[in-house]
Amino acid sequence: MLNDFLILMKSELVITFIIFLLLFIKVGTEIKNERLLPIVQFLLLINFITGFLFNYEGTLFGALFITSAMTAFQKSILSLGIYLISLLFADWLKKSEHMPEFFILLLSAVLGMFFMISSGSLLMFFLSLELSTIPVAAMANLDLDKKVSSEAAMKMILSSAFSSGILLFGISLMYGATGTINFAEIPALLDGSPLQVLAFIFLFTAFAFKLSIVPFHLWTADVYEGAPIAVSAVLSVVSKGSIAFILISVLYKVFAPMHGLWYNMVMLLSVVTMIIGNLFALRQQNIKRFLAYSSIAQVGFILVGLSANSIAGLSSVVYFVLIYTFSNLAAFGVAAVISQQTGKERIDDYKGLYQTNPFISWILALALFSLAGIPPTAGFFGKLFLITAGASKGNYFFITVAALNMVVSLYYYLRVVRAVFMDKNEQPVEKINLGPSTKLGFLICGAGIVLTGLMSWVYDYIMALI
Amino acid sequence: MNLTLLILFPLLTAVIILLARNAQLVRWAALTGSILQLVLAFFLLVAFRKERTAGNVAQMLFELKYNWFPAWHISFHLGVDGISVAMVLLTAFVVIAGVLMSWNVTKMTKEFYFLLILLSLGAYGFFISLDCFILFFFLEIAVIPKYLLIGIWGSGKKEYAANKLALMLMGGSALVLVGLLGLYFGGPEKTFDLLALSKSTIPVVVQQICFPLLFVGFGVFTALFPFHTWVPDGHSAAPTAGSMFLAGISMKLGGYGCLRVATYIMPEGAKEYANIIIALSAIAILYGAFATMMQKDLKYINAYSSVSHCGFVLLGIGMLTKTAMVGAVMQMVSHGLMTALFFAVIGMIYERTHTRQVNEMGGLLKVMPFISTVLFIVGLCSLGLPGLSGFVAEMTILVGSWEHTDMFHRIATIAAGMSIVVTAVYILRAIGQVAMGPLKAGFDNLGDAAWNEKLAAIILIADIVAIGIAPSWLNELIGPAAEIIMDKLAGR
Repeated sequence: MLNDFLILMKSELVITFIIFLLLFIKVGTEIKNERLLPIVQFLLLINFITGFLFNYEGTLFGALFITSAMTAFQKSILSLGIYLISLLFADWLKKSEHMPEFFILLLSAVLGMFFMISSGSLLMFFLSLELSTIPVAAMANLDLDKKVSSEAAMKMILSSAFSSGILLFGISLMYGATGTINFAEIPALLDGSPLQVLAFIFLFTAFAFKLSIVPFHLWTADVYEGAPIAVSAVLSVVSKGSIAFILISVLYKVFAPMHGLWYNMVMLLSVVTMIIGNLFALRQQNIKRFLAYSSIAQVGFILVGLSANSIAGLSSVVYFVLIYTFSNLAAFGVAAVISQQTGKERIDDYKGLYQTNPFISWILALALFSLAGIPPTAGFFGKLFLITAGASKGNYFFITVAALNMVVSLYYYLRVVRAVFMDKNEQPVEKINLGPSTKLGFLICGAGIVLTGLMSWVYDYIMALI
Repeated sequence: MNLTLLILFPLLTAVIILLARNAQLVRWAALTGSILQLVLAFFLLVAFRKERTAGNVAQMLFELKYNWFPAWHISFHLGVDGISVAMVLLTAFVVIAGVLMSWNVTKMTKEFYFLLILLSLGAYGFFISLDCFILFFFLEIAVIPKYLLIGIWGSGKKEYAANKLALMLMGGSALVLVGLLGLYFGGPEKTFDLLALSKSTIPVVVQQICFPLLFVGFGVFTALFPFHTWVPDGHSAAPTAGSMFLAGISMKLGGYGCLRVATYIMPEGAKEYANIIIALSAIAILYGAFATMMQKDLKYINAYSSVSHCGFVLLGIGMLTKTAMVGAVMQMVSHGLMTALFFAVIGMIYERTHTRQVNEMGGLLKVMPFISTVLFIVGLCSLGLPGLSGFVAEMTILVGSWEHTDMFHRIATIAAGMSIVVTAVYILRAIGQVAMGPLKAGFDNLGDAAWNEKLAAIILIADIVAIGIAPSWLNELIGPAAEIIMDKLAGR
């Protein structure tokens, strides 16, 4: 029993161990950020590597906690995300007064995400969702001297409280309609009665809030803009990735019998999310708001693959989230180093960036091309597989809308590329000094963006996990 | 011969360019790489002919297949037939000429050559791939380099033109994507493989939906009538080598795709929509020709005349006869070479006179005899003088079109034929104004072409004359491949 506990929950235990270690360090020592950061980075790397070791299938606590090869890989993607965040935002973290708190809160949130991915009942899901949300809201407030930062935290905590309320309502309705909250038992009890449909809609709404699916996206841009960039990156990559993973397993495993119902719902929301996200991204001036709306549009694309309800749908969503982690983190990383050293966050400020900073310009261009789905970057493969999975239902209208949205999104990604490479500027951003770990982070992201697609074994590996 | 070499060489060249220390090394690396690529292309031609004369009648030669994404049945499948060989040769010639013509680029030389080579990589890959997925992959690889080439090194309304081009081409490839997915899921087996798709029978309903998607999608690349608007803006704003690649190579991607993917895989769809294609391309031919008459800018003249000439390609495909189809491929090769040469000459003139307005020039023959002679040759080729490649190609298409005896096809053919007269008007008027007459003031001290420009022009002129005088070798190359497409169309 103890062995089971230790092995099946090893990812969670490793994270918990790091949290306590940081807590002791914070309370007990006066260690400088410069010395502490490499240790944390090393621990996160260890955490990422252990994600690939000793993976067994099994359940704990009466099927409250489920783990499998797939969930282990999904957790590894999140671990990769936080490792990259610790590298990319190193310059900001070193100067921050609250670096240990940042990592303690981040890892608590990640702990919640890990439990969420592994949850086997609605109760476990609710608890872990709360654990993954509240620390992030606290993180959004880390720029203590800025008003916008507290405003962002307030907005986030209010909207999450609202969505949690809806979620709880949905869970209780579900319990009333089926008499169970266990994922394994629900599918057999689904008969499509109006109460169950209502319960499902409430549950899905909570997911939609967290994933910022239109029309539940209104908090996203404000929070991204107000929070420190590192926190926006956590929100848009790690947090969204984990919600996408649990959404896909809830839809495919628990609500598979209701596929006919939720296919239409997901399709409609996907179309609306892509279009609204893209249209709003067209006119943004602030790079953080821009990335916020672009990530809303990306979620619309994830829904395209999600709608398939097939192995192809599952694998393409996981693959896309992996690619999205590399691409979006690279974009946020560039925004962060520029904002950190010059305080500039407007797209117009990026004009002529290539003249002074060729390296980060190329990284930014790669990241944006990958987000837009241009070959040979991995985003091309990710988006194409999502669309192919979505097309398997033969709904050509849906696929055409998705394909045309790729063109619209290209327009605004090219806007940034144009500012960086083509536009002239009297006073471009000065030469930016990158620390070694930031550089390493960019190189890993760049390699990930180029190689994840061309190396087809990554996709085969994900297929083999299912 | 291993076809991956055709992709690996440009890739290696691009990497070497990125690593090179100074601009001079970059230029020589690009030139060496493209010369080696031309040698390789010639080697391909020789090996191809050897196999054919040895009696190898397989549809595709040098096939090579490697499972890329087995879960989606995507394979890295390469192979060539006569049409592909012709297109690869065309690309190799235009690339060399383009590299030579950009010898004087000083602004971000490394990036410029890197993007040129990347663009050529996309074209090579596109012409030899036999799997629709990688075909699409290479098609899209070629878009962003064009955007950056125009936007960074271009002139005039370059940002606007670059944006318009990138968005229209991406819109076209979005249609291609939907069409390909329709084939993937609508066909009897889930595959992107071109040969497998062509051997299976695609349901007629699927063909009726997917054919227009694919044809229009590829058509955007090759200036299909209502979607041609990116052509004048893009070409005129691009730097010299950019225009050469754009008109010489990139527009041919679309024609090749229309023929190889849309028409070959979906014969029923092609028959259904043939009349619409013919009508649109006849409009494009005439409209392009008349629009050219009104242009004052040399680059706009060639850009609009490209719309007209590329209309011939689509007309040849839409006629669905073997002769016209051979003519369409010939026109792709001929127009690729000719228009690349034309843009090269315009670039040479502009570099010296710093104007592209026809009425601001005059008497250039006196100060730059070489450049003016090239201008004459390319102009005569454009208006279809016998002995040069333009005549051969357009004549073949018109003869092929005449095989249809009904009124509709006759009218379209006559309309297309009439454009040649219009072409003669605008070409002769422009050349006469630029090269003849009294020398305009301020042009007295202009020099003639430098070694790199001469070399580029001579390489392209040699091909144009070779095709014009001895078209049979090109015909032998393309004929059997067109025959296979015709067999499929006839249901054999």
